[in-house]
Amino acid sequence: MKGLLLALLLLPTAALAVEPGEQLADPALETRARDISEGLRCPVCRNESIDESHAEVARDIRLFVRERLLAGDTDDQVQAAVVARYGEYVLLKPTAEGANLVLWLAAPTLLLAGLGLGWSVVRRRSTAPDVSDLTAEERARLDDLLGR
Amino acid sequence: MIVELGHFALILAFGVALLQMAVPFVGAQKGWRNWMEMAAPAATAQFLLIAFAFAALTWAFLTSDFSVEVVLANSNSLQPWVYKLTGVWGNHEGSMLLWVLILSGFGAAAATFGTNLPLPLKARVLSVQASVGVAFLAFILFTSNPFTRLDVAPMDGRALNPLLQDPGLAFHPPFLYLGYVGLSMSFSFAIAALMEGKVDAAWARWVRPWTLAAWIFLTVGIALGSWWAYYELGWGGFWFWDPVENASLMPWLFAAALLHSAIVVEKREALKSWTILLAILAFGFSLLGTFLVRSGVITSVHAFANDPTRGVFILLLLAIFVGGALTLFAARASALEAKGVFGIVSREAGLVLNNILLAVAAFVVFVGTLWPLVAEMLLGRTLSVGAPFFQAAFTPFMVAIAIALPVGSLLAWKRGDLRRTVRTLLPALILAFLMAALAWTVGTGRTILAPVGAALGTWIIAGAALDLWQRIGRSGPSRLLRLPRADWGKAFAHAGLGVTILGVSLLMAWAEEDIRTAQLGQSFDVGAYTLTLNAVEQVPGPNYQSLTADVTVTRGDREVARLFPEKRFYPVAGMPTTEAAIDNGIFRDVYVVIGDPQDGGGYAVRTYVKPFANWIWGGAILMALGGLLSLSDRRLRVAAGAAKKAPRGAVAAE
Repeated sequence: MKGLLLALLLLPTAALAVEPGEQLADPALETRARDISEGLRCPVCRNESIDESHAEVARDIRLFVRERLLAGDTDDQVQAAVVARYGEYVLLKPTAEGANLVLWLAAPTLLLAGLGLGWSVVRRRSTAPDVSDLTAEERARLDDLLGR
Repeated sequence: MIVELGHFALILAFGVALLQMAVPFVGAQKGWRNWMEMAAPAATAQFLLIAFAFAALTWAFLTSDFSVEVVLANSNSLQPWVYKLTGVWGNHEGSMLLWVLILSGFGAAAATFGTNLPLPLKARVLSVQASVGVAFLAFILFTSNPFTRLDVAPMDGRALNPLLQDPGLAFHPPFLYLGYVGLSMSFSFAIAALMEGKVDAAWARWVRPWTLAAWIFLTVGIALGSWWAYYELGWGGFWFWDPVENASLMPWLFAAALLHSAIVVEKREALKSWTILLAILAFGFSLLGTFLVRSGVITSVHAFANDPTRGVFILLLLAIFVGGALTLFAARASALEAKGVFGIVSREAGLVLNNILLAVAAFVVFVGTLWPLVAEMLLGRTLSVGAPFFQAAFTPFMVAIAIALPVGSLLAWKRGDLRRTVRTLLPALILAFLMAALAWTVGTGRTILAPVGAALGTWIIAGAALDLWQRIGRSGPSRLLRLPRADWGKAFAHAGLGVTILGVSLLMAWAEEDIRTAQLGQSFDVGAYTLTLNAVEQVPGPNYQSLTADVTVTRGDREVARLFPEKRFYPVAGMPTTEAAIDNGIFRDVYVVIGDPQDGGGYAVRTYVKPFANWIWGGAILMALGGLLSLSDRRLRVAAGAAKKAPRGAVAAE
């Protein structure tokens, strides 16, 4: 039983994210590879970048990215190559094109709407008559209580 | 037998909740006192019955009764008892039971402590609270019964997910639920107020402690989850913008906004409909969070449930409660008469800005979280929205909040003097620029993140200190101890945000990483530290096998720490987990993870130096502490009772 456990424990399937052997010798290229990887999603994982993932396909993409970099591609070209192979799904930061504009413009639009709404509220409050004064009825009662 | 009694108690609780929903409501509409008075004992009875059901399920887990389906699926006889206990809520059915337990607990608390609430308001609040209870009890009884028995009980269970067998995550769900469900109180008060068409300072004083409590629980729950991710997932990330994390962040942002706008209602009788809307949205987003987590509609690390019927049920509840509440709001909000008048430069206006930034930030998170779902359903595109998007879209809001916070919180009520406030804050401004310069000089990278984060964090912390300082005026520091606790609470909570901002930005800007194959006995340098891999051993655990490494960390000639990172394998669940070893420090963590043996001998070792990591959660603790201080303020407790006698239209003294 213990031998079996040990065998299971040492199975390579439980590999960690970026493995030592995958890294490029050139530190500048490796840094670029890591920067690109941060924006790429592991296709079979739940919300993990390929850098964080233990999955086989994530490793494939990591190696593919480094291969392209060694071949002299720019960062954008590498990203385009990965998208061409694995689809739009791998981009953790969606493109700002077509319908995705809704997503990207949501923040500024909502902010403008919110600020507009807030401005109108503040304006109305700053020009409204101060009704926190006592009503005539309350004033009469106060006078009554104070014996005036 | 006990399990069946638990099931029976849950059905009884459903019946009691139905009564509690209907009878006090009719009583309040008709003005029948005895019908209204039924609400409080019903709330208590409902709570006791659900508590009994929960205890019965806990009993089944602790005694490892594998004839119960959820126990079989989520427990194992070898599991330490703590994880048998936390297994109760480490699954869909049990966690929903915890949800209604907390819900009824809040109802019972309002019934018990709300003796000085006006009777019709109390009846309506408890009735609304019960309607939420009815919905979720029906959900449990009809779609997710935790008491289902098996005909033949197997010998042993399938064990709790190993990732959940951890102290950080074990207590993360209860806190989050206390927060989520705590917002139901604000929701119930908001609906009751809409029914009555009346919102005043007394109402706000009732709502604020409940919201504050819920917000504290959410803060602690989120911080626990983030801390867990940091040390457990093995690469030191603390926030992943995962849909389930976002599901807890959105209610937190709304609760924070609600807390602030309730202050305006309480002190100035303005922003009433605004506050009601925030209360509805805050709870609406809690329900949405429950839906996202429980339906598994968006695949994520946390989606344990994957049953569409359940998803549809919760979606229906979401539609009924939020749709109904918003309809009621649209019909009645105009009846809420605003009173307080304030200028364009004033504390009130500052709080309006706070509300807008927090609410819009929450909506941006909402759009980003649901966009993949919308794109897939309407456009047929499968795409992802991940951390890079959220960082780009969310950060500007936090920057704006950080800039505005100290100014807004120092402005006077009604009509503020911007120039005077800025003059008061001048020392904070200078300090912030000095810190930015320091961060720029010290930092190795050319990143703008570190100086900006350092400046904003310092600005908020120093601003909070100056706020306290100017409160004491000329009477000297002895006055400091006599300040109301709410003032201290405000300073602590704001400073906590500053500390978290410092932690997040400096960690992200300055973290160092090293990945390598290390031979036994080999030394290597990471940043200012030297690490030596002394040994790697097999160690048996109670219900797992561990591969434990022994690593010495030195700096210069001084031994800093001896770390024992582990890689565990849980045979019953068939899952490995990484247990990072962390040397915690005030200014940096050294974080070591042991990986697999390599082909050419040696082991994969990953080392991180994470500057200011603990400041992230330290800030969260400060925020929660600030909330607690504010909650314990005498004025908040006394005022709730005194308010009833106060004349209509009275405004609380500053």
